[in-house]
Amino acid sequence: MGLFVAQLLTGLANAAALFLVASGLSLIFGVTRIVNFAHGSLYMLGAYFGVMLMQSLPGAVGFWGSIVLSSLIVGAIGIIIEICVLRPVYRAPELFQLVATFGVILVIQDLTLMFWGAEDQLGPRAPGLKSVVRILGEPIPQYDLALIVITPFILLGLWWLISKTRVGILVRAATQDREMVGALGVNQSWLFTGVFFLGSALAGLGGAIQLPKGGADLLMDLNIISAVFVVVVIGGMGSIVGAFVASVLISVLNVFGVAYLPQSTLVLMYVVMAIVLLVRPYGLFGREEKAGEHGQAGEPDRPIRPAGVRGRLFAAALFLALALVPVFGSNFTQVLLTDILIFCLFAASLQFMLSTGGMVSFGHAAFFGGGAYAAALLVTYADSPMELAFLFAPLAAGLLAVVFGWFCIRLSGVYFAMLTLAFSQLVWSLVFQWYDVTGGDDGLVNIWPSAWLSGTTTYYYFTLIVGVGGIIFLRHLIHSPFGYSLRATRDSARQADATGINVTHVQWAAFATAGAMAGLAGGLFVFSKGSVFPNELEIEKSFDALIVVFLGGVKTLSGGVVGAAFMESVKDWLTRLEYWRLILGLLIIGVVIVAPAGIVGTLRGLSERLGLRWTGETTR
Amino acid sequence: MKQIKTIVAATAALVTVASSAFAADSIKIGEINHYKRMAAFAEPYKMGIELALDEVNEAGGVLERPLEFIFRDDDGKPGDAVKIAEELITRDGVVMLTGTILSNVGLAISSLAGEKKYIYLASEPLADALVWESGNPYTFRLRTSTFVQAAMLAEEAAKTDAVRYATIAPNYAYGTAAVEAFKTNLKKLKPEVEFVTEQWPALFKIDAGAEVQAIEAAKPDAIFNVTFGTDLQKFVREGSTRGVFDGRKVYGLLTGEPEYLEPLGDEAPEGWFVTGYPWYGVEDGPAKDFVNAYEAAYPGETPKIGSLVGYMTVKTVAALIDKAGSTDTDALLEAFKDLKVETPMGEIVYRDIDNQSTMGAYVGTTAVDDGKGVMVDWEYKEPVAYMPSDEDIKAMRPAE
Amino acid sequence: MTAVLKVENLVRAFGGVKAVNGVNFEVAPGELKALIGPNGAGKSTCFNMLMGQLKPTSGTVYLNGENITGRPPRDIWRRGVGRTFQITGTYQSMTVAENVQMALISYHRRIFSIRSYAYRLYREEALALLDIVGMADQADRACAILAYGDLKRLELAIALANEPTLLLMDEPTAGMAPRERIRLMQLTADIVRDRGLSVLFTEHDMDVVFAHAHHIMVLNRGALIADGTASQVRNNEKVQEVYLGGGTLYEQEKANA
Repeated sequence: MGLFVAQLLTGLANAAALFLVASGLSLIFGVTRIVNFAHGSLYMLGAYFGVMLMQSLPGAVGFWGSIVLSSLIVGAIGIIIEICVLRPVYRAPELFQLVATFGVILVIQDLTLMFWGAEDQLGPRAPGLKSVVRILGEPIPQYDLALIVITPFILLGLWWLISKTRVGILVRAATQDREMVGALGVNQSWLFTGVFFLGSALAGLGGAIQLPKGGADLLMDLNIISAVFVVVVIGGMGSIVGAFVASVLISVLNVFGVAYLPQSTLVLMYVVMAIVLLVRPYGLFGREEKAGEHGQAGEPDRPIRPAGVRGRLFAAALFLALALVPVFGSNFTQVLLTDILIFCLFAASLQFMLSTGGMVSFGHAAFFGGGAYAAALLVTYADSPMELAFLFAPLAAGLLAVVFGWFCIRLSGVYFAMLTLAFSQLVWSLVFQWYDVTGGDDGLVNIWPSAWLSGTTTYYYFTLIVGVGGIIFLRHLIHSPFGYSLRATRDSARQADATGINVTHVQWAAFATAGAMAGLAGGLFVFSKGSVFPNELEIEKSFDALIVVFLGGVKTLSGGVVGAAFMESVKDWLTRLEYWRLILGLLIIGVVIVAPAGIVGTLRGLSERLGLRWTGETTR
Repeated sequence: MKQIKTIVAATAALVTVASSAFAADSIKIGEINHYKRMAAFAEPYKMGIELALDEVNEAGGVLERPLEFIFRDDDGKPGDAVKIAEELITRDGVVMLTGTILSNVGLAISSLAGEKKYIYLASEPLADALVWESGNPYTFRLRTSTFVQAAMLAEEAAKTDAVRYATIAPNYAYGTAAVEAFKTNLKKLKPEVEFVTEQWPALFKIDAGAEVQAIEAAKPDAIFNVTFGTDLQKFVREGSTRGVFDGRKVYGLLTGEPEYLEPLGDEAPEGWFVTGYPWYGVEDGPAKDFVNAYEAAYPGETPKIGSLVGYMTVKTVAALIDKAGSTDTDALLEAFKDLKVETPMGEIVYRDIDNQSTMGAYVGTTAVDDGKGVMVDWEYKEPVAYMPSDEDIKAMRPAE
Repeated sequence: MTAVLKVENLVRAFGGVKAVNGVNFEVAPGELKALIGPNGAGKSTCFNMLMGQLKPTSGTVYLNGENITGRPPRDIWRRGVGRTFQITGTYQSMTVAENVQMALISYHRRIFSIRSYAYRLYREEALALLDIVGMADQADRACAILAYGDLKRLELAIALANEPTLLLMDEPTAGMAPRERIRLMQLTADIVRDRGLSVLFTEHDMDVVFAHAHHIMVLNRGALIADGTASQVRNNEKVQEVYLGGGTLYEQEKANA
């Protein structure tokens, strides 16, 4: 009994930081509809500022003062981010801002390293709260109890702020109906800035307040963000109370997981998330999204046409140039191009469901990595020939997508995105923790192509044919009746349903197709690298694909491919530099601000002004 | 428009400068690491490399040519590391590859090395699989094997009358291998021991309070710790606060390494038996020379184990090329057989049987001295006696 | 001759409120029938049940003698019912012709086909349908830039793609200028005549209703209170009661609209 109570208290104390970060993220999303990936970075900054301030401010006043001060500083940084990075892109397509926030992550990572150095910083302990209290004979740290007391007060404070003050009423009104608040004459941009300040300050507070239980290090931004997403999604996007309940639920669950299922703690969290979303798709306290509420912002997509003669000639010339690379280019150019082609296919598969289908997935890596792992497992355990394993990759990924798709397509918008994230994280945690089968973190190695395909040049040609073939296939799909049906379900599901189109089946088929094509890319990947590791399934991999699609242009057909080629080339060059993450981050933010239509979208706009036409597209 | 042209020209110039900054006739080594992702560990390592490079080149380089390391960041991603490895070999013309801290990245490069016949010296990865289960003729490993370090701790543990053990290790391949090695060795020495609980926090995501509670609940006599970095900080703090270490002997793998002990400051645990690097304690010989040279080269810095490994990496490469008399892969491969290298830890040998170096380990007891965690009563142990038998190793290594 | 559409005892309750409470009616072949009623009378609820967007609490809907109660919209469409919406639901990212072609692709069951390009399929048929509604000259314009009245006509063309025996039109002239309304309804009446199909529509504009509908049904508080010709309905006491309250029938309705 004593142990049980002690475990419960530990869970409650752990919930504090998680709740603070999650409530900030939730608040920002509720009002601005921005999914702020950089929220973990703000948490990290809170911790670093906290350590720095605590070292110079003495005593209990200094300690608690430092926590409040760091929170305010991080809030101010949040304002800077909102004004400089996000405000210019509010009018861009839905979810485009998340690319900018990803740039912010990179920038903050390098700035933190520059400013505080690489060494982990141990958090100071709270003066006067350094020992333990015995509860039912079990030692409970005093600071844990302090956190358990403080957190509900913060929740109460937030509740008061939101339900009793004028600002709070505006925030709530904006959460329900942004346009209405604007129509009532409230200055929306300052409301957004204010909410960003509050949300960021909460993240900073979370970072500073957890210091006595940990410290500040350079990995904490990405380490907390997936847990925060889990909490926000379980609690319901935009709900503060939900964030609280979910933080407690996840933290307590985790404590008991540690005690009884020590090797499956990660899996447990994502299983719970997936179950909650299946039972309550909008989270425990979330509000149902009305269809069309977050319809695509900006101008509607244009009618499409297969490439005209000029476009086809251009593509053919490009293909020919790529085919001639082994003759003129270096060995490494082929290796690099192999990587780029694989990434292009992966991005194209995401763009197929994202742009044509309007289904924004945060978990597409599950199919890329899933395909790669499927092939690798077959080679490792069945000793199957490479050719068979390679074919198995898209098949297995497609099957996985069929299963996940069945659950996911019942949701839409950001909840669809979150469920895909939950499933992909589930796959990742399974692969990561099922050491006996997948090799866990050590991955599966020595997965090389058959003799007739080995050798850089041979494999390059193989990738060129399969990769370009896959991209052309996806492009053809977009123009085929199936692609049109998919676009119809995106443009107006109601109309599609009323004209004989089974919306669910069309979206499901598209989801599976995108998954299979991502799996094909994964198959190419694993045999080009000779090994596969869990990080091919990670959140970051999914985000990489998402970013290049947005960067290339969501409302274009080739955005993903162009974005992927651009990103891979830039990265290859930039990583030679000392502070490459800073430069890459600034570059991403720059592109987002300068070219909100994406690279292809902006180029298309430019060339149209110059009077060039690449396709048989109708004029508007 | 003119401005754009200027920018393009400037960028182009920058690229050219960056890629041709060094003399063309240097011997190039490709060094891949997670300089950003694992900055706390990679930075001292890089400083160790640069120190040794200066020494080697001041003494005339190797084969009368300067030795040069090309540092590349893989962001901790195995896929990227493999691409960079290919680039270093095929475009930059490096003669061999070194580096990586994360075992999985090491394994990815090792697999590539075996396939494409590149020589790879895995300097820092912790997983023994690199030279054993997943070993190949082209992969060599410098860092003391995890099995050996765990065996050294087990040997010490067997001397006490503790019977009930708890283990805590990060839940990934290195952690599981370390626990396995400790259990195997301890059971061999003392069959009556039992392992009452095994804790597996996710790497760098430890829930320390819960872990400590779970260990306390199992009432062990002693604890075997494999956590490191921020996990270790949190574990030590929660454990000390809640008194889980009171009256229990703790055996800590790597815990004594300055990378992990220093950030703990005066909260460093006392009385743990650990492997580590007590640079502050060495008084003479090559070990002291290294410490002096390091502190002279980087004022205000103190050496870490990574610094030492980086330094020894360069020394290995220099000795290897000297012995081979050429930078030809076959010659290098031949020269690696029982290659002897003079290092701050004394002479080490790259064993022909498994390509593992005989770098040993310092073991000792932790204490707090002047507000800092240190190792006391330490000694340097040669590893060979703790290795698995040659037959076992041959059985583990895939047919060559 | 059996009725194209036959509705028996249709009920739909939301919580305790019965939005539609035991409605019975028929639509005969070639008939142009209007369903009117004050706001909140249950017209849209009724319509959504006929087309499958909403499941009835009880009651039965027969289409050409077949029970289609509770079937999804796409099934009902396949059985020959076309529909237009009060708020148009066209595909914004396609051209005018492609919008019709999409419906034709669906009608010919080639939704999942990946052979050939969609923009080439059934183009002639689509142009023919567009010609009927007078939109052929705009076939290659992007749907997103059409004027509202043109969108309505496009919707009508789409609704004809499955060669329907019955058209359900929810407020077909809402939001249009008076002259356009007359044109659209004239067009609809022509189509009914030429193709021999039946139309059931709801409408706020009483001029439109009384000028074009062969028969008119009046719905009030979920129940039908009248079903007959224009003059029958006009002289129905209950209808007068419902609609009169200081003004005439027409003015009352215009005030509501």
